Amino acid sequence: MKQNRKTHICREEVEHVAWLAHIKLTEEEKNLFTEQFSRILDYFKKIDEADTDGVPPTYHVLDLVNIFREDKSGKSLPKKEVLKNAPRQEDGFFKSPRIV
Amino acid sequence: MPKPYEISAEEAAVKIRTQELTAEEYVASVFNRITQIEKRINAFITLTKQTALQTARQIDEKIRKGEKLGCLAGIPIAVKDNICTRGVRTTCSSRMLKDFVPPYDATVIEKLINQDAVIIGKTNMDEFAMGTTTETSYFGATHNPWNLKKVPGGSSGGSAAAVTAEETPLALGSDTGGSVRCPASYCSTVGLKPTYGLVSRYGLISYANSLEQIGPLARNVYDCALLLSVISGHDARDSTSVNMPPSDYTAFLKNDVKGLKIGVPQEFLGEGVEDAVRKAVWDAVNLLETLGAEYEEVTVPTMRHALPAYYIVAMSEASSNLARYDGLRYGFRVKKDDGDWSTIYAEDRRAGFGTEVRRRIILGTYALSAGYYDEYYLKALRVRTLIRRDFEKALKKCDVLVGPTMPILPFNLGEKIDDPLALYMCDVLTVPANLTGYPAASIPCGFKNGLPIGLQIIGKPFDEGTILRVAYTFERNTDFHKRRPIL
Repeated sequence: MKQNRKTHICREEVEHVAWLAHIKLTEEEKNLFTEQFSRILDYFKKIDEADTDGVPPTYHVLDLVNIFREDKSGKSLPKKEVLKNAPRQEDGFFKSPRIV
Repeated sequence: MPKPYEISAEEAAVKIRTQELTAEEYVASVFNRITQIEKRINAFITLTKQTALQTARQIDEKIRKGEKLGCLAGIPIAVKDNICTRGVRTTCSSRMLKDFVPPYDATVIEKLINQDAVIIGKTNMDEFAMGTTTETSYFGATHNPWNLKKVPGGSSGGSAAAVTAEETPLALGSDTGGSVRCPASYCSTVGLKPTYGLVSRYGLISYANSLEQIGPLARNVYDCALLLSVISGHDARDSTSVNMPPSDYTAFLKNDVKGLKIGVPQEFLGEGVEDAVRKAVWDAVNLLETLGAEYEEVTVPTMRHALPAYYIVAMSEASSNLARYDGLRYGFRVKKDDGDWSTIYAEDRRAGFGTEVRRRIILGTYALSAGYYDEYYLKALRVRTLIRRDFEKALKKCDVLVGPTMPILPFNLGEKIDDPLALYMCDVLTVPANLTGYPAASIPCGFKNGLPIGLQIIGKPFDEGTILRVAYTFERNTDFHKRRPIL
């Protein structure tokens, strides 16, 4: 039966998802997370016991949808202020590593 | 005569206005207290003593000149370090943001300044608000003022510890899965998570945006209501902020619960709840009944799915919200620009984030990834609907629901930190209010072996007034809130 199945996440899967999330892991962490994730995901699977046939998802608790404002530009922060927290910058721009 | 730092915001506001006490004296007294005890508590990451004293002197000047004053004139307030304060570093207790100085104020900070409050510093927390003990902070754990070996609760542990240790009369926290109510319970303070949408989240550094709200912490219900009145209200800069007329929550504070119907969900007092906690909660219910409330046992059967559903949603949202930390516009950068961008990015995020943050981002990424999205994320959102329906039904019959805030007493620092799942379990009674968006408070309701117990009061959406009325009545008829830790 589906809900009795033990969730197993393997080391390769942990590596892959960490890569998707752009987080490097040490060898030790890969082992630790693989063990912990299996236990945590196993616990998460408890929600399988809930009968949700025909139940809509709640993404958000408010009934608000599409809040619009006038398409007018407001006051911006000074460029100097905005760049202040950037670890690397050049000629008034954020400096990123080479992408291509 | 009590020392200035011991008095409540309500009392101090009157004394300052009538010039019986100057704002400068009050603020200076609070900083003296901090100097005496802060080494043992570690409630603050940053203190803003010079600007706070300067602000206090400006307020005293306004008073002397007879100028119009805000309702928090001269009152010190500590702010959780995930709420942006212009010119004051805002770290989220993370190495990633250890040097981040926001160029703007959060809306709640603007509102506090408009009411002449005095910001005294930024409080310690679990890194990015992910935790139940304030132990995941890059700046070291906060200690529980009632017993320095115990956790203060989290993630707003610094805010609650500072309030109970009389380092400040007021503090702001944020509550994503119980992060205001849990430390309020463990430190014996009043703490409230407002209805989702009541308080603007503009300038609150996001963790799980569909669940979190900024909330007040104080040593009594009046001060909590006063602070809520200041921070609530519509804000066009937060599209999830609800457009409602402003409310003075102190107007709801009547010492009277006659005719109110109190629901006690049986799932809140079941397995896993310590005997001492169960007893304190039943004593509280019995007292409220003696004072004229009716009570009824109710049931919220989907409660058993609340915790896994909460964690799936919170981690999924976290993985998306924390994707912004690329070390470019702000944040932590270890590597020089050599090597390919994805390697640099992955190494910065490994070094900048602590273990629990990494764990949640990766698990959230997993729950949202192709093949698992329906199984975890979508399923959790459907379960969220069922939980909402259950609470809606229970609150149709009752004005408020009550139960424990935390199932167990404060535990030792280090006791659970290596077992993430055991820590997650501690949030079992607080997460429903976040999944449903309903307001909920925690107030002091007892002690066992010198450790505090909190009573949780859950209300109908936007009915904070009734929660505060029940809390106020309970407080007027008990002495738990008057006890202070010996430091």
